[in-house]
Amino acid sequence: MNIIESMLYPILYPDTIIGMVAVILVKIALVLGVTMLHVAYATYFERKVIGHMQVRMGPMRVGFHGLLQPIADGIKLFFKEDLIPAAADRTVFQLAPIVMLFAAMSSLAVIPFFDGFIIADLNVGLLYLLAMSSLGAYGLVMAGWSSNSKYSFLGGLRSSSQVISYEIAVGLSLVGVMMMSGSLNPKEIVLAQQQHWYGMYLFPQFLGYFIFMVGAFAETNRTPFDLPEAETELVAGYFVEYSGMRFSLFFVAEYVGMIVMSAIAVTCFWGGWSIPPVFVKLLPPLAAVPGVIWFVLKIYIHVFLFYWVRATLPRYRYDHLMALGWKVLIPLALLNIVATAIIKFMN
Amino acid sequence: MLPILFFLYHAVVIIALSIVIITRRNPVHSVLWMLVLFFHIAGLYLFLNAEFLAAVQVILYAGAILVLFLFVIMMLNIKHELNADLSIGEWPIGVAIGLSVMTLTVLGIGKFVPGPMGQASIEAVKAETHTKAIGRVLYMDYLFPFELASIILLIAIVGAIVLAKKEKASDR
Repeated sequence: MNIIESMLYPILYPDTIIGMVAVILVKIALVLGVTMLHVAYATYFERKVIGHMQVRMGPMRVGFHGLLQPIADGIKLFFKEDLIPAAADRTVFQLAPIVMLFAAMSSLAVIPFFDGFIIADLNVGLLYLLAMSSLGAYGLVMAGWSSNSKYSFLGGLRSSSQVISYEIAVGLSLVGVMMMSGSLNPKEIVLAQQQHWYGMYLFPQFLGYFIFMVGAFAETNRTPFDLPEAETELVAGYFVEYSGMRFSLFFVAEYVGMIVMSAIAVTCFWGGWSIPPVFVKLLPPLAAVPGVIWFVLKIYIHVFLFYWVRATLPRYRYDHLMALGWKVLIPLALLNIVATAIIKFMN
Repeated sequence: MLPILFFLYHAVVIIALSIVIITRRNPVHSVLWMLVLFFHIAGLYLFLNAEFLAAVQVILYAGAILVLFLFVIMMLNIKHELNADLSIGEWPIGVAIGLSVMTLTVLGIGKFVPGPMGQASIEAVKAETHTKAIGRVLYMDYLFPFELASIILLIAIVGAIVLAKKEKASDR
């Protein structure tokens, strides 16, 4: 078998076991590659967006309008020395960023990027996503504890209690979607949304969407809920002691987390790869646009929202953050579930 | 053959991890090994076609309960724990109890008879999806025990809050 034939193996023999495994591997490589490229340019996009919002230029020096900046940053971080504090718990310290990145990246497996493209078509896909996001909390706790520094430790405690509290609100906000679509499978949820003329659960589930997005900001430790990294109090929070490549792994995990949260929002509330049927009825040529374009556009809107909020809002105080999570968002999410149940029962 | 290998792997790893967990000197390491253990238990649920239970196992045990363990342990003084003697003076009694329970189990295991098959065969569950099947049974056939269990849990929650709440000077 020559090289070209072995590269085409998954296309030529998709029914054999090796062929099936190869198809999955190619899919994984594709998703990871595209996501990593997006992560690299998400940092550039963020600096540019926030720069322009604050009447600055953002990165300008490396390449045309600073286009090569993320690559320069990546190379710099890659060649920096990997320091491990003498008092640190070495194994846990080294494992923490990997756990975090693993949790963020494996969430990509159940996201339907377009019709028929999903790495693992799980019946309990949404629950899997929640499980993976709870695994991410371990990365925070492990990093905070193993660094053996009070700043990391306090940052780790703060962020893990924040992530755990908001996970409940996020989980409950998705229950409305699960009830309306009658499924936990992300693909089925998208298909169920296409049954309605408005084509997006954003409208009937506006409350759920609001709670989900607030929770998503807290889950990914982004402003206004970036208390774990509150610079004035904790330097950089749980990853104070990390340097070089391990530091950048945390960074990548944060951005992948942001993309995953956007992808969940798009899948559950914005109709995934589809557009509302009413648009297609008004303008038939829209149906010819590949689904992946809509999906990616919707993701970009959400990622932009993350930056927009970061440039606009100041940081919350910690007790306010916990009070918001437990006393406002969770009761609102429960209200949303009850209201959805009553409406569904009436029909 | 493949299912047997899958089960054997999980069974062996679960037993090995249990031993690893109780022999670690550092309690934080024990909890982290326990996380690996919970993932293997979730794997066993998947093996039984119980995908909902597998996901809930990870969300609840790994995502909520174990993190709370980790919180409490991190608040302890690990330096003190590391030097403490792992075995307590009464260990022969513990070993005796453990061995007797194991003997009983080994003697009894041959007497087990598989119960009558329920309506929920693997095919039926697959056709309906596991989440729907378990929900139907839980909320239609066993609604009363389910609500009873939730009230007992609620009592436990209220009790924990009452115990944890500090008495204010004005309350006395």
